Amino acid sequence: MSFINDFLEKVSTPSAKVQHVTCKKCNHEETKYNLYKNNYICPNCGYYYRLGARSRLELLCDKNSFHELHNGLTSKDFLEFPGYQEKLDKAMSTTREEDAVVCGIASVAGNEFAVFVMDSKFIMASMGSVVGEKITRLFEYATEHKLPVIGFTASGGARMQEGVLSLMQMAKVSGAVKNHSNAGLLYITVLTDPTTGGVTASFAMQGDIILSEPNALVGFAGRRVVEQTTKSKLPDNFQSAEFLLEHGFVDAIVPRAELRDTLAELLTIHKRSV
Amino acid sequence: MDSYEKLKTARKNGRPTGEAYVKGIIEFPFELHGDRRFGDDLAIMGGVGFIDKHPVTFLAMEKGTDLPSRLARNFGCPKPEGYRKALRLMKQAEKFHRPVICFVDTLGAYPGADAEERGQGQAIAESIMEMMGLRTPVISIVIGEGGSGGALALASANKVFILENAVYSVISPEGCASILWKESTPENVAKAADCLHITAQDMKSLGVAEKVIREDFDHFDKMCAGIKLRLLDTIEEFAAMSEEEIVEQRYQRFRKFGVFDEK
Repeated sequence: MSFINDFLEKVSTPSAKVQHVTCKKCNHEETKYNLYKNNYICPNCGYYYRLGARSRLELLCDKNSFHELHNGLTSKDFLEFPGYQEKLDKAMSTTREEDAVVCGIASVAGNEFAVFVMDSKFIMASMGSVVGEKITRLFEYATEHKLPVIGFTASGGARMQEGVLSLMQMAKVSGAVKNHSNAGLLYITVLTDPTTGGVTASFAMQGDIILSEPNALVGFAGRRVVEQTTKSKLPDNFQSAEFLLEHGFVDAIVPRAELRDTLAELLTIHKRSV
Repeated sequence: MDSYEKLKTARKNGRPTGEAYVKGIIEFPFELHGDRRFGDDLAIMGGVGFIDKHPVTFLAMEKGTDLPSRLARNFGCPKPEGYRKALRLMKQAEKFHRPVICFVDTLGAYPGADAEERGQGQAIAESIMEMMGLRTPVISIVIGEGGSGGALALASANKVFILENAVYSVISPEGCASILWKESTPENVAKAADCLHITAQDMKSLGVAEKVIREDFDHFDKMCAGIKLRLLDTIEEFAAMSEEEIVEQRYQRFRKFGVFDEK
């Protein structure tokens, strides 16, 4: 759990207290420390900053409870796709992650669960072989150990630089989700901004309970493509979490500050009395 | 032929479409309509019939063959109700223990506002997940275009065959070119088609398809008879397996997909 201590040190240092970040939406300036204290929500306009996987885990999990699993897997440019290796190298160095998902086990209010968190800072959390493999292994682990799974989705879709094998990850993960479900185990998805394409068309929409962060963009086809197909202007809230709730595709929109308690309650409700 | 020529061949007007294969391969086909929830999507046709003595459920994406039928079929781009109809018929096949035969041919799931409103992503997600657990064998044949998730929703199968000039891709080469190189000029599309590895021969070498089927549209009846024999062999191969073995074989088929480094 050293990364959390590192992180806390980072945001508590005198420099973090004075270092400012600017809100993308309203240009409000805030110190890193205050932003962290406010769950990475702009105190001025309520904009939800996109979270890296580690920050998300840090907000969610009981202190020192996260234990990472299935790390050590890295992507390979097996099709020699132009520019892919450079993209991977750059993403690895800026995020210091191995790929676009972090998996492990953790607890919230004492409830143990398996968790995966997708990181949009890594090539828009596109799903290639590594993402598919790690999430599949996590579901297999959770099925074996009779654990619920909570998954935070974010993705630009399948990773086209891995060709059709990235598409196959959708079925591979879905098979593992199905086995987990058949074992009577709970799977909660939390949709975060943005969740699109092949991830929406597979494990993001396969949860027993589907939650979303407010205003998250969630859809299958990209807005631009839909606009071109439909040849008309789409409503502003098109493919927002609120739009999905209205059309019956998410169970609830949960503000970030309440997410931890909500998940703790849902896990408790599904605890099996043996 | 290079990848781009294959792509153009796979999309060529006059190439046989789903319904032709249903008529050529399935005996006494009886079409079943509707998803029982919203409507009937003609981009996917489904029903029951026989292959030799075996009752089967068939599902076929149909692009249409002239302008009126293409419009009626939405150019073979299914909407959520199409996937929900397909899933309904697959669950029915499971109930009556008959194999499912899918003919896949789509540019992709329809990217329209109405499709998004009715949960295109959810419909595909559910189809794939339920197919992965289906207790009856599914055999899919890519006959033209295997366009992304919209194709996978009928191809999460125990075995996949592909015609020699058909293509299968995670994204259309046009889409790929416009994302990576801003413009989908013919040169960029050709380059994308090459980089994405979309041909039937690529599918065979990646293990995504078990067999490549030779095309002979001048002797279409004969070609269909050949496909039918191949399907018959496969159906009989699965008939010897238990339901658990069928599900497990499918799981392992997809479980192996992926190339990565591991420390």
